[in-house]
Amino acid sequence: MAHDHKHGDPLPETVLRVKSLESLLIEKGLVEADALDALIDRYENKVGPKNGAKVVARAWVDQDFRDRLFSDATMAVAEFGFSGAQGEELIALENTDQVHNVVVCTLCSCYPWPVLGLPPVWYKSAPYRARVVREPRKVLEEFGTSLPESTEVRVWDSTAETRYLVVPKRPEGSEDLDEEALALLVSRDSMIGVKRAESPAKGGKA
Amino acid sequence: MDSIHDMGGMHGMGPIVAEEAEPVFHAEWEKRMFALNNAITAVGVRNLDESRHARERMNPAKYLSSSYYEIWLDGLIRILSEKDLISEEELSGAVASRPISTPRPAMKAEDVDVLMDKGGNYLAEDGKPARFNIGDTVKARNIHPAGHTRLPRYVRGHKGVIIQDYGLHVFPDANAHGRSDPQHLYSVKFASTELWGSEDGTDGDYIHVDLWDDYLEATGDAA
Repeated sequence: MAHDHKHGDPLPETVLRVKSLESLLIEKGLVEADALDALIDRYENKVGPKNGAKVVARAWVDQDFRDRLFSDATMAVAEFGFSGAQGEELIALENTDQVHNVVVCTLCSCYPWPVLGLPPVWYKSAPYRARVVREPRKVLEEFGTSLPESTEVRVWDSTAETRYLVVPKRPEGSEDLDEEALALLVSRDSMIGVKRAESPAKGGKA
Repeated sequence: MDSIHDMGGMHGMGPIVAEEAEPVFHAEWEKRMFALNNAITAVGVRNLDESRHARERMNPAKYLSSSYYEIWLDGLIRILSEKDLISEEELSGAVASRPISTPRPAMKAEDVDVLMDKGGNYLAEDGKPARFNIGDTVKARNIHPAGHTRLPRYVRGHKGVIIQDYGLHVFPDANAHGRSDPQHLYSVKFASTELWGSEDGTDGDYIHVDLWDDYLEATGDAA
């Protein structure tokens, strides 16, 4: 959490302690080295925000899917093969001009893994967890998201095993894009709710 | 427990620093730590709430000066030591590793996707009947359990409205301490001005918090 030491630059004793712990747990038969490699590969290369972007793009183009997503998100994302740990009870939240949803876990780091992968450092950090429930509009401003007073802000604190996925509003000017192109406009941050979906004019995602 | 992990609403934590094109992990040891903590779930020696409670018992000063996976390291060693599955002497190599038995076998590489795609189950078939209905105005109780709780300090003593009943769920306050005590979990909507006052809150903004039946009390207010 501290900003005065880099995350890739821990105390040497931390690195050593993780190594000792891994060796001991392997020796005791509590974990297997190959399974550790497979877990890392899964969350580094297979499960990430591209999953969520596919879900959002589908919801933008397919009204039936959209209805299924907002009635039972766990079942709806399973249609893509996305399921499991830290997404057992998934709930989709719709951002509109009237309502803007943003998600946090003030107590730890709860995050919808099957659709977004592992959370970024800022999401797990003390400043975000402390501030977004008290001054969400200010926090959103810092992410470049300015909301009119007429928009209701809803902050969702993930205190239980329910996990929240924000479905950002489909951007203007995206009418001619197909599902695949639309998915490129859906950033991780827009599915946490700190940003909007990218506009097609700007291309790419932030 | 009222410790530093429960930080909703606090001041002085500094700016939010978002890294551009952030990698999933920042170092090899973070990858190993992430994987250890997830792989060990398969053997069934500790549950999710015990795991969270172990992390929140880290010394508060250390918690604030540690990176995320350093907190995981501290928590995993803490819970495994408390369950007498590992010791500091074994970790340091001062004594040889002592054999242990576990309820289930270790996670195999070929089972990783199946197990992670399956996830856990926190729902329960039987439990306490719901005391509240959707639309009820409730008050989060002013309680300060010394053990694990998922009732954040910033909502205690405040009124909100139940907008959803998620059904019977394992109760973390019990599950972290060897019981399960299933009860209803609700989504409770608090007005920003109710939590932070009319000066610091924002009219028309809301904070939704998932709260268990035991965290709430009736207010007698009309729905």
